[in-house]
Amino acid sequence: MGYAGVVAVAPASVPYQRFSIETAHWWIARALRETLQRAGLAPGDVDGFSVSSFTLFPDTAVGLTQHLGLTPRWLDHIPMGGASGVAALRRAARAVQCGDANVVACVSGDTNHVDSFRRMLSSFSRFAQDASYPYGSGGPNASFALLTDYYMRAFGATREDFGRICVAQRANALCNPHAVMKSPLTLDQYMNARVISDPIHLFDCVMPVAGAEAFLVMREEDARAAGLKCAKILSTIERHNAFPDDPIQMRGGWEMDLDELYSMAGCTADDIDLLQTYDDYPVIVMMQMEDLGFCKKGEGKEFVRARNLTIGGDFPHNVSGGQLSAGQAGAAGGFIGLVEAIRQVTGDAGPTQVANARQALVSGFGMINYDRGVCTSAAIIAGDGQP
Amino acid sequence: MTTPIVPPPKKNPQKRTRVPTRPSHFRSRAALGLAAAAAEGRFMLQTCAECGTVQYPPRDACTKCLSTDLPWKDIAATGKIIAGTTVHTSTNVYFRERMPWRIGTIRLDAGVSVMCHVHGDVQTGDNAKLINRLDKSGQAVLLAVPAGGAPNMEDDPQMRELTCDPKFRRVLIADARAPNALALAKAFAAAQASIIFMGEPEGWRPYPARKEIAKVKGVEILPLDVTDTASVLELVGEIGGKTDILVNNARYVRPGGIIGRTDVNLAKDEMEVNYFGLMRLAQGFGPGMRARGADGQNSATAWVNILSAHAWSNMPDYGAFSASNAAALSLSQCLRAELSAGGVRVMNVFTGPTEDEWHQPLPPPKVAPEAIARAVIAGLKDGLEDVFVGDVAKDLIERWRAGPKILEREMIESLGQSS
Amino acid sequence: MSAVENDAAAALGQFALALAGGDIEVVDLTHTLDPDFPVIILPPEFGQCARFRIEEISAYDHRGPGWKWNNFTCCEHTGTHFDAPVHWVSGRDLPNNSVDTIPPEKFIGPVCVIDCSEGSKSNDDFELTPDIIEAWEAEHGLIPADSWVLMRTDWSKRSGAAYLNMREDGQHSPGPTPAAVRMLVNDRHVRGFGTETIGTDSGQAEHYTPPLPAHYYLHGAGRYGLQCLKNLDLLPPTGAMLICAPLKIKQGTGSPLRVLALVQKDASIV
Repeated sequence: MGYAGVVAVAPASVPYQRFSIETAHWWIARALRETLQRAGLAPGDVDGFSVSSFTLFPDTAVGLTQHLGLTPRWLDHIPMGGASGVAALRRAARAVQCGDANVVACVSGDTNHVDSFRRMLSSFSRFAQDASYPYGSGGPNASFALLTDYYMRAFGATREDFGRICVAQRANALCNPHAVMKSPLTLDQYMNARVISDPIHLFDCVMPVAGAEAFLVMREEDARAAGLKCAKILSTIERHNAFPDDPIQMRGGWEMDLDELYSMAGCTADDIDLLQTYDDYPVIVMMQMEDLGFCKKGEGKEFVRARNLTIGGDFPHNVSGGQLSAGQAGAAGGFIGLVEAIRQVTGDAGPTQVANARQALVSGFGMINYDRGVCTSAAIIAGDGQP
Repeated sequence: MTTPIVPPPKKNPQKRTRVPTRPSHFRSRAALGLAAAAAEGRFMLQTCAECGTVQYPPRDACTKCLSTDLPWKDIAATGKIIAGTTVHTSTNVYFRERMPWRIGTIRLDAGVSVMCHVHGDVQTGDNAKLINRLDKSGQAVLLAVPAGGAPNMEDDPQMRELTCDPKFRRVLIADARAPNALALAKAFAAAQASIIFMGEPEGWRPYPARKEIAKVKGVEILPLDVTDTASVLELVGEIGGKTDILVNNARYVRPGGIIGRTDVNLAKDEMEVNYFGLMRLAQGFGPGMRARGADGQNSATAWVNILSAHAWSNMPDYGAFSASNAAALSLSQCLRAELSAGGVRVMNVFTGPTEDEWHQPLPPPKVAPEAIARAVIAGLKDGLEDVFVGDVAKDLIERWRAGPKILEREMIESLGQSS
Repeated sequence: MSAVENDAAAALGQFALALAGGDIEVVDLTHTLDPDFPVIILPPEFGQCARFRIEEISAYDHRGPGWKWNNFTCCEHTGTHFDAPVHWVSGRDLPNNSVDTIPPEKFIGPVCVIDCSEGSKSNDDFELTPDIIEAWEAEHGLIPADSWVLMRTDWSKRSGAAYLNMREDGQHSPGPTPAAVRMLVNDRHVRGFGTETIGTDSGQAEHYTPPLPAHYYLHGAGRYGLQCLKNLDLLPPTGAMLICAPLKIKQGTGSPLRVLALVQKDASIV
């Protein structure tokens, strides 16, 4: 069936801040307003609302409707972390396709107070509380250090291989005026940075920030009538708790549904102009490159040695810098890649624009419930590109 | 190779004592099953009663068949370390103070992957075994140790946080007159305690073992009578800040229940020593011990009570004594809660009838003082909470767990057989 | 007012003056009640004498801001104490045999002090015998009827383990022989007998016949006992007045009490 007739429009990003005294409600409101302004719409035009956030407690999307004065007939709260963006997109698209809503605002935002990170870690999930946080309380840095250690031993990847990903993303970030990291990063600096939880060092880690991202989903005919640049949705997949019997995570759920992703889109990996992976840590980036069909399992290291991952390179990847260089605004980290991709395929990315980008693959991953990321998602979107 | 610990230097009297901090203590109800197992040093996991699948992390329904019947079973703890890391930054103050800290993922032969603490002598790729112990928050954590042991294994800094080892620590044994006092003193000396304070009540009347006790290396005899508040407070004033381990071996035992006696005098004496004695000691020594839970290598680490197993189920021939121990058991649970903020363990060593004059006519098996002393030291070295020493105590707790009311009937049957 | 009444009034007046002026001194014969003071130890199968214990109720604090007070517990026979006839099986049926029924005039009376301190220095089991009593009487006159007789041993200068002096075969401290007690009770009609040791009987008196003769004969004859006294070395052999009023406990067998002696100033210096 595909997602014919439905498009994503009006990508909006609220510039990130390292720390903010504002609330998640405030950041979400900023992003919602921005996306509506870009689409020339008013809040009353929104009849579908999808929210992803870690710092809204005690509110959910429900509280936000009254807080922001919305009266939607379709409401969703997506707790999937880095997989939320694509999940929001595919749910909103079905709602519009089936007539349950006309205009769905998909918004993600989080604040970052001085103790937000610590509080989130200590109450992240029941399994994290019971079975990982008590062990050194190193948070996801320690959990992903274990995955990275395993991956390196199993497949012979080196720190330099991961460094290539980080260095390229930093180069991309320098073209993004809103990226929180502003100085260049060399491989030497990457290698010599202080250890966080070996083999994870400083530049393998995202910087938690406050921020928000948003886009709208509506019928293509309505978008074109309003003169909006549109990103079509060619295919999406979603999978949770894949491969539970793997002793440790070295592959994600994308592997289970990869064929459907490409066959629904009617293309192959070769047809992808840019790849936006969920980059909480470079090892997961490498895993996505493998599991999304760009190289074989275990050959991620050869792949990144051989390809140029910058905006102008032969394999543009995380072209606005990704979370590693632009910052991770909580659940908005699950939207940053998608929102940038919408800009890219509609030729609207400005200083980070990849030449002739028309087709993008956006991948989501998230929620280290215990020892592995439970949620995965991916989408292929396409647009008319630069005029 | 673990570097063996050395006797600590004298405490710097001008520095603030480090305030105890704790790892995260939040656990779901299912996860507390691990703590119950760790209290006895057992490694247990939920095993689905219907399909046999072993579960980890602890949960409410089987991951294979959704059954909610998930009894805890003793599980082989062996496996292979498949990933490891040394954490250098933590959001938790306890771990921040103890960086760097090694953790890893072990794939157990039982078919689950467990995130665990990793002993210094275990490397990624090694075969190892998990031990289930209580950390400073009083909750269960799993530590991967060398499967075949290693020299000075107990001195690994991460392992020491899970144990209450007497080595180079100062212990107070509350009652030098008790039949088990000499055995305890010798056992602590053999375990390399640096000072063994022996509390001596009623120094105005002699007791045979005093000469021998005074000869044990490290022993210092000081007046202490757990029935005398002023006596307790005076000793607290003197050595409260140096008591790393307190062994409450004070006990008043006489045969008799209710109707066979014609007054409450003996019962009052039993309560005065067994219950109020514990209360006085805890009121006196508790605050200092709780505050010193993180005070260097010879931090305050454990409170030990030696209780009758019949605290769990009354033995009518010693009915009043049993009741006083039941009171002490309940009180020790309160003490455990109150000391938990300091990371100080409360360990109860439960024994059946002991080998002494007040159990003289009872048939064997009876527990010798040496057996109690061994159990105390072994329990401290493993950081346990519940130790059952001797056949009677082990048998009793097994019956209690299988059905307390049935055990009560069996205890009623025993009336008259021990007098 | 009659002449006798005049004399009594005058005597009281003179007494008050003498006391105020220091010609009559008050000597305290009492040990401080404290938790460490030894008590008598009986075989383990028997009920035991409670030790003195004290628990603070409040001390100008949250438990009572303006005041300080304590609860204490002890046995009737803890520390310096009085034994009433009902304390012993031989006195159980006598009239007025408990502390609340003994006539109060019995609590003040003349006292004789027999000095056995030399002999007690070298012999823990020193015995007060009829010979020693007669030798004392040769010097100081017959013991008057209805007076107290105290056995001075200077044992009160000991403390702790040396005071109780418990050995493997029991406790060892000086005391009267059965014959000495019979003499005091039957021939001299004493009001009561007192010691510095932990009992009116010697430490090994269980081995006499009858066992524990001081308790047996004294209380069997309705007489009284005092123990754990001190400062007997400050008393003259005769001439002092003893004050020893026990607590008025309902059917009490004894009680800790304040034992005082009224002595002529400098009278003890011999």
